[in-house]
Amino acid sequence: MSESGKLNPQAGSVPDEVMSAEDMADAILDLSKAVVAKNPDIQSVVLLGILKRGLPLAERMAAHVEKMTGTRPPVGSLATTLYRDDLRAGLGHVKADTGTTHFAFSIDDKTVVLVDDVLAAGRTIRAAMDEVMDYGRPARIQLACLIDRGGRELPIQPDYLGRKVSPTPDQHISVRMVETDGHDAVILEDKTK
Amino acid sequence: MVAAKNTVWTRKDLVGIEDLSRDEIELILNTAPQFVAVSARESGIKKVPLLQGRLVVNWFHEPSTRTRTSFELAAKRLSADTLAITTSASSLVKGESLHDTLANIEAMHSDIIILRHSCAGAPQMLAERHPSHIINAGDGRHEHPTQALLDAFTMLEYVRELRGDPNATLDGIRVALIGDITHSRVARSNIWCLTKLGAKVVLCGPRTLLPPEAERMGVDVTTDLREAIHDANVIYALRIQLERQQSCLFPTLREYVRLFRIDSESLKVAPNDSLIMHPGPINRDIELAAEVADSPRSVVLKQVSNGISVRMAVMHLLVNSPKRPQTTEERAQ
Repeated sequence: MSESGKLNPQAGSVPDEVMSAEDMADAILDLSKAVVAKNPDIQSVVLLGILKRGLPLAERMAAHVEKMTGTRPPVGSLATTLYRDDLRAGLGHVKADTGTTHFAFSIDDKTVVLVDDVLAAGRTIRAAMDEVMDYGRPARIQLACLIDRGGRELPIQPDYLGRKVSPTPDQHISVRMVETDGHDAVILEDKTK
Repeated sequence: MVAAKNTVWTRKDLVGIEDLSRDEIELILNTAPQFVAVSARESGIKKVPLLQGRLVVNWFHEPSTRTRTSFELAAKRLSADTLAITTSASSLVKGESLHDTLANIEAMHSDIIILRHSCAGAPQMLAERHPSHIINAGDGRHEHPTQALLDAFTMLEYVRELRGDPNATLDGIRVALIGDITHSRVARSNIWCLTKLGAKVVLCGPRTLLPPEAERMGVDVTTDLREAIHDANVIYALRIQLERQQSCLFPTLREYVRLFRIDSESLKVAPNDSLIMHPGPINRDIELAAEVADSPRSVVLKQVSNGISVRMAVMHLLVNSPKRPQTTEERAQ
């Protein structure tokens, strides 16, 4: 066993790339097209990116939508941390500020598209919806995700999806973006390594 | 402030700054900005559900407007239920002890007790014996920890904006505390807090109002206002406690005003961009001239707004941090 380890020291630890930078660019373009197709009244659409990688994702989508329609939807950020259900139960790790909810526009009567990189249990989206509702009364809320890795604990499904991935319990999905990590990629990492 | 990122809050209570580590202080200061955004919401609901269904009891044995209102609003913006007990209207006047009163409040399933008391150490004494989260809102001449935290937060905001660096710290920032230091729990908590955060603190006032133990606390002391403020980034005027004038600690108010008042005349020696702070309530034109208190460089009202966010952060950390440590008695069982 140690012999084979020596022959190929990287064996098993090479991260498994789910999406390359090009794949991601295509997926983000497709998400944007789908948003435009589903919302003929694009003037009423606003994008709220869930921190941290949902924000750059939303900004890239807004740029695509602008190219397609001439209208750039306003983009804001959602922290969601203050609405997480595990904090109130004392189960979560209370972290220092990881970013702040910020948008300088009204969401009343708008179509709010929540944008997140990875959808899993759905609890973050539940928190995001509660937070959005505290800011006003949107006409509707839609959900766009780059990756759906399954494992839902709430009845929440994406309206727009990049790719469905089914990691094993030992695997972790890691989305990297130029704006936050220096490069674009979606990686399957082995949690046990 | 990166170090605080991995710090976890483990304390049941907040009774003083003296025993906090720098990491713990920074954890509170880094938790507060998200609550600034909650209070600043222009539309919708200025609340988050973090303390929904919890009971926060404001228990004040001394007069207070700012601190009590601030704690009450902080609790409400976290969606907690609040209850206020004032000594004159409670059974304490019938001779009930602090322990018994608190045990009775706890029998009604309270979660956080905000205590202000004229006896130094009262919050500590209750915290050791009772399961409630105790927050010291000022005890005698001892400490007023949330005031020091909101002051540090206000200074941090100023330094970060001035330098255009969102991660700037208070290291090396020069803070002059002016006035009655000896009788001031605000000054004591601020000295602990600022020195732990790396700021350079100088105390200034009449000799009789400067604490003899100041040097031991790692700060400089002077009776010359010019010397104290000539290079200060922050000039912090403390309230002259007029009720203490009877004890003849300084000859006349007129003399105090002449030597120690922060006004446009005395500020001529200070840097143009130094920040003016005061914990309130202000004795206008005694320790702080009206024209300075109302000037753009004064952040006294900013301190008040920040007080709510910092107190929200403290209550959130105390109640929602994963493990609730036990009291000394519970551990013994």
